[in-house]
Amino acid sequence: MITTGPLGTLTQEASISTETTVSEVAVQLEGITKRFPGVVANRDISLTVQKGHIHAIVGENGAGKSTLMKILYGMQRPDEGEIRVNGSPVTFHTPGDAISAGIGMVHQHFMLADNLTVLENVILGSEPRKGGLALDFAAARTKIREISDAYGLGIDPDVLVEDIGVGTRQRVEILKVLYRGARILILDEPTAVLVPHEVDELFENLHGLVREGITIIFISHHLDEVLKVADAITVIRRGTTVAEVDPVSVTARQLAELMVGSELPSPETRESTVTDVVALQVTGLTIGAEGERKVLDDVTLTIHKGEVLGIAGVEGNGQAELVEAIMGIRPSTGTITLAGEEITSWTTLRRREAGIGYIPEDRHRHGLLLEAPLWENRILGHMKEKVNVRGWWINRRGARADTQRIVEQYDVRTPGIDVLASALSGGNQQKLIVGREMSGEPKLLIAAHPTRGVDVGAQAAIWDHLRTARAAGLAVLLISADLDELIGLSDWLKVIHRGTLVAEFDPATVTPEQLGSAMTGAGEEA
Amino acid sequence: MSSTFADRWLGRVRLSAWVTLTAPLLAILFAGVITSIVLAITGNPVFDTLVTMVDYGSQPRSLALVVNNATTYYLSAIAVAIGFRMNLFNIGVDGQYRLAGLVAAAVGGAVTLPAPLMPIVIILVAMIVGAAWAGIAGVLKATRGVSEVISTIMLNTIATGIGAYLLLEVWGERQGNDIATKELPEAARIAGIGLIPGTPQMVYGLFFLAIAVGIAFHVLLNKMRFGFDLRATGQSESAAVASGVDVKHMIVYAMLISGATAGLIGMPQLLGESFTYNLNFQAGLGFTGIAIALLGRNNPIGIAFAALLWGFLDVSSTVLDLHKIAPEIVVIMQGLTVLSVVVTYELAHRYRVNAEQRRVSRELAGGASATPQKEGASA
Ligand SMILES: Nc1ncnc2c1ncn2[C@@H]1O[C@H](COP(=O)(O)OP(=O)(O)OP(=O)(O)O)[C@@H](O)[C@H]1O
Ligand SMILES: [Mg+2]
Repeated sequence: MITTGPLGTLTQEASISTETTVSEVAVQLEGITKRFPGVVANRDISLTVQKGHIHAIVGENGAGKSTLMKILYGMQRPDEGEIRVNGSPVTFHTPGDAISAGIGMVHQHFMLADNLTVLENVILGSEPRKGGLALDFAAARTKIREISDAYGLGIDPDVLVEDIGVGTRQRVEILKVLYRGARILILDEPTAVLVPHEVDELFENLHGLVREGITIIFISHHLDEVLKVADAITVIRRGTTVAEVDPVSVTARQLAELMVGSELPSPETRESTVTDVVALQVTGLTIGAEGERKVLDDVTLTIHKGEVLGIAGVEGNGQAELVEAIMGIRPSTGTITLAGEEITSWTTLRRREAGIGYIPEDRHRHGLLLEAPLWENRILGHMKEKVNVRGWWINRRGARADTQRIVEQYDVRTPGIDVLASALSGGNQQKLIVGREMSGEPKLLIAAHPTRGVDVGAQAAIWDHLRTARAAGLAVLLISADLDELIGLSDWLKVIHRGTLVAEFDPATVTPEQLGSAMTGAGEEA
Repeated sequence: MSSTFADRWLGRVRLSAWVTLTAPLLAILFAGVITSIVLAITGNPVFDTLVTMVDYGSQPRSLALVVNNATTYYLSAIAVAIGFRMNLFNIGVDGQYRLAGLVAAAVGGAVTLPAPLMPIVIILVAMIVGAAWAGIAGVLKATRGVSEVISTIMLNTIATGIGAYLLLEVWGERQGNDIATKELPEAARIAGIGLIPGTPQMVYGLFFLAIAVGIAFHVLLNKMRFGFDLRATGQSESAAVASGVDVKHMIVYAMLISGATAGLIGMPQLLGESFTYNLNFQAGLGFTGIAIALLGRNNPIGIAFAALLWGFLDVSSTVLDLHKIAPEIVVIMQGLTVLSVVVTYELAHRYRVNAEQRRVSRELAGGASATPQKEGASA
């Protein structure tokens, strides 16, 4: 399973390149078709990826990007079509086959085990053996260090995954596939969870990999970064390739039009709807025992009715904990009042009943029952709402009707409301969650990355929904890695760093650069 | 990510009706074939043995016994299934029902109440004892994070000890070779019913209790908020927590309900046949329940069929002795059935998924322009 180190395969490649005329082509997909019940995810797709390129794939939510990549990675079998890797036709039955052919994939949704160390996560599934039996941790550790150094990934093999931020997790995922000898790397929305400077770091890493002759295929909804980093772009629409474009000759706007046939949205808030009625008051919120480093330290903030308060920060600086404390999921000290009523000691369910909507940052772990149909997911988190329940009983008809409404209003692309949530594309799962949490006229919406993984068209629609609700008096706590979204949507911005609010800005005057430097702890009060 | 293997065999995800029906039939067929091979290897006449078993098992008297066995098995499997649906492994059903049966028998022998009240009180006592015993494991898990597998196994052993003490030293009366609690008065007994014609063998009156429990299980799980919370916790604990489900409470409640159901297991036998708790009170039903719950995929209808099949195999095995064949052959068959059901469900599930995709592609290829199929999901 383990092939030679990252640098060791250069010679082998050179020999291949003399062999055939299509030597420069790393991956060629031809006529790929993949059907799911009720949906054609890929229809006669062709794709050619040059060796040593960063090749971007863009397209609407549900266009079939992840499916295509899962086919290339052997996770799904195509119904029709041919895959060629380095010129020779291949058939993959499992990801194992793809890995042997030098293909590795980092998924849209991370697949690391929290309670294991980086080392354990990396070797999971391809454990090195000493004399065929005992695990050879020392060899693995050395190899991880080698790879990390070779590409400047900066990874410590012995920390627990739960203790590292998303940016690092992303690099661990990449290291994991490199460790298995991948020469062709598939990254499905790798930047969705990263803040701008982490994105830059990632792209530096990617350029490093490309210099070593590795080929990268990556999916993203952030068109600006696609244009910046990609050597070639393929646009997929409704399951087929509609264009191959050269990044130097298109603008983000043109790209968006190719994808969805609509213009790029702007998250600009027009007139302010902020009232002076306090919706949420958080005072002295602290998490972490006396003595040790606090994950959240004395956070105080106020959100008024009709106001969006944006929290900027590099992921892992206490945002997740802040949100979970307000939702009552994580114990904390300090006080929280909602519309004048103290809710500090309330259970999560009671808080939700009182009108707090919650869009969690990790939709798979906290937002959905993947193995339940969409209409049952409508009930999740809203187990006291009239449309979903009558007293002790599930209101099946009501929940179904309301799910149908969400599917239509939020443009969730699905064959029906009886399909399992796991059958939806990532962006469509997100739309379903947003629609659900905006239901029942919440007073306060805790929105952690509300448009993560959502295409530009749907993003605009979600922003519109948020603005309309805000005009009607909704208070929003917005956490986002997307600075444009933060600046465009918020009425006021606060920056969180190492668990404390370190700066605040008026979004009307702040620049992304100022915000960016404040987030790394370098900024001063504005 | 699709459903995992564990999700499927623990019944946490729905499989299509097709899979649900075909898989067990194939499994039984397969188990039959292997059993035949075992019979052949051990030098027994394969065909004759099977015919004898079926012949004997389908006598009216045998059928009544099958229903009686299945009644107890059913209650046990449902008790186990309640836990399974929430990812709780209540291995302690065995201890729960034995302790419940003993205490209920003792209470029944000690109090005198009018006829309709008597059995109700006894059944309630059994449910409370079962619930309390299971509740210990629930509370330990909720407050201390103790694995319910470990604690229920230990509680089984403790139940055996306490039970022996109570029976031998406190409530038991010596009757010949046996030690038993005081016999229940006439008012406490539940008359059998002549469900199967052509035999004087009665079917337990509490057969109907088992049916009611099955319906209650279905309603609780699929129609009620509580059941939704329970299934949500079983499918994704993190999502349940974020949604406001109080997982700790759910653990305790689920164990209480599972235990209360376990308390019922001994009742058909106690109130319909033995009228006392004695040394011969059937043990091990809790473990049989685990196998049957798996066989029936934790689904109330599936479990009913599984319980009847199990009962049938049990009853028909009694004839083997007369033919000088080890009745243990049936135990092999039962084990094989569970194993092959798990395997065939998985195979049938995969086959079904592939077939579905082939069907969709055929339809699309056939009438590409005519069918208003959603394409690329954006129609
Ligand atoms: N396992 C599955 N079962 C049924 N349908 C599926 C399955 N996986 C994907 N689909 C469907 O195939 C289509 C393409 O999905 P895919 O995940 O490839 O989209 P995507 O382009 O990656 O979208 P996103 O940008 O939202 O991640 C969608 O309509 C989706 O609902
Ligand atoms: Mg995707």
